[in-house]
Amino acid sequence: MSRSFDWEAVQDALPLLLEGFRVTLLATVLGTLVAAVLGLAIAVAGRAPSRFVTVPVKAVMEFVRATPLLVQLVGAAALFTSVEPLTIGIVVLGVHYATYTSEVYRAGIDGVPKGQWEACRALSLPPRRTWQAVILPQAVRNVLPALGNYAISMFKETPFLAVITVQEMVFEARKYGADHFAYTEAFTLAGLVFLIASYPTSLLMRKLEKRLGH
Amino acid sequence: MNDFLSTLLDEFPQVRAGLWVTIEATVLGSLLALLLSFTFGLMAGSKLLLVRGVSRTVVEFFRGTSLYIQLFWLYYAMPQLTGYELTPLLCGVVAFGLNYGAYGSEIVRGAVNSVPRAQYEAAVALNMTPFHRMRKVILPQAWVQMIPSFTNLLIQLLKCTPLLWLISAADLMTAVEHVRSRTGETLTAYLLLLAVYFVLAYALTLLMNLLERSAKRRLGLHTGAGSLLRTRTAEAAATTGGAR
Repeated sequence: MSRSFDWEAVQDALPLLLEGFRVTLLATVLGTLVAAVLGLAIAVAGRAPSRFVTVPVKAVMEFVRATPLLVQLVGAAALFTSVEPLTIGIVVLGVHYATYTSEVYRAGIDGVPKGQWEACRALSLPPRRTWQAVILPQAVRNVLPALGNYAISMFKETPFLAVITVQEMVFEARKYGADHFAYTEAFTLAGLVFLIASYPTSLLMRKLEKRLGH
Repeated sequence: MNDFLSTLLDEFPQVRAGLWVTIEATVLGSLLALLLSFTFGLMAGSKLLLVRGVSRTVVEFFRGTSLYIQLFWLYYAMPQLTGYELTPLLCGVVAFGLNYGAYGSEIVRGAVNSVPRAQYEAAVALNMTPFHRMRKVILPQAWVQMIPSFTNLLIQLLKCTPLLWLISAADLMTAVEHVRSRTGETLTAYLLLLAVYFVLAYALTLLMNLLERSAKRRLGLHTGAGSLLRTRTAEAAATTGGAR
């Protein structure tokens, strides 16, 4: 029982989807923030002088990275029923992506010339000052484009949050589709919104990467 | 806990069938993705603007619109629009294949471009046909470059298979969810599920490491056995990030 594309349903669904899109954007921005900060912490912890720190950090990271985000989300939502779904979504997304961004930071930190570390030792700067004043400012500048790319891919994974009842765009699309039996219009529209939002951003990131000389 | 184990044993046939569905979706999805990666990746290197343009458009479309939308579109919207209905597993395979094929084509394109220019020139000087040049000179060298990135992509694909649960394919997640809802052992059930996915991911990584070693051997690059057990490298993870 095929039916043709209904343009009225598109006009009808668009405001609802855009309402959900705000939640999608919020989750992406806050999730990226968590991933950016936590990823840096993991990368710095991974360089700790003691193996009692580095080995567990690396093991947990490999585990989180190799297991599905959806299971992590659903599991976290089932365990912490009293926490708001959006909060759970942001934290789980952030932690999941932090395991990826930490690798980016690690590569950035490795890229800082060895002489910089040696100079810090020669000046007998304490570790805190070494990181804060010398290493990180040089490392972070180089990793910004890669972090941006992870933000884009996180953006495209926010539909997972619909599963734990966060009312983001795909949640609204599924609801509209079920209520009006108009899945075609709702999902096509949602897909276009993703395309329109992510494609220019990834072009911008590519440009930024070129300018920073990668 | 005891309750959980006995229910798990009761439901073992379903869990095993679910595991099989998950593996099937991963293998078939990645085969389709591999095929599309090479198709669109090699098309991107064509001299003809039309061929390049088609490849770029398809790749940007499938990379840009989010896997979840593509999967739901195939499952919910396509039957409405065309009257054709795919089985849930087939929906998954097609969506995974198209989406990861689009990411994979960037890997192929990048690897082919990274083969030194002189290799092309030498092949031209030897009067090789374009097909011969690709098959005998360029691809064997590019293939070694591709494998670490493909490993990453394969793990990503495996990690998306729990989505099948949402379109009611009886995959591993569905089976374990069922055991969970019967026993109420949330923590145990999800930890078990995570552990199984971790084991699957690690097994795939080991297989890909073997593949990488044999590909390197054919180029005369020898690698120690130590490289076989390692997980992914920072470099490869950054490439996937960059490819997005």
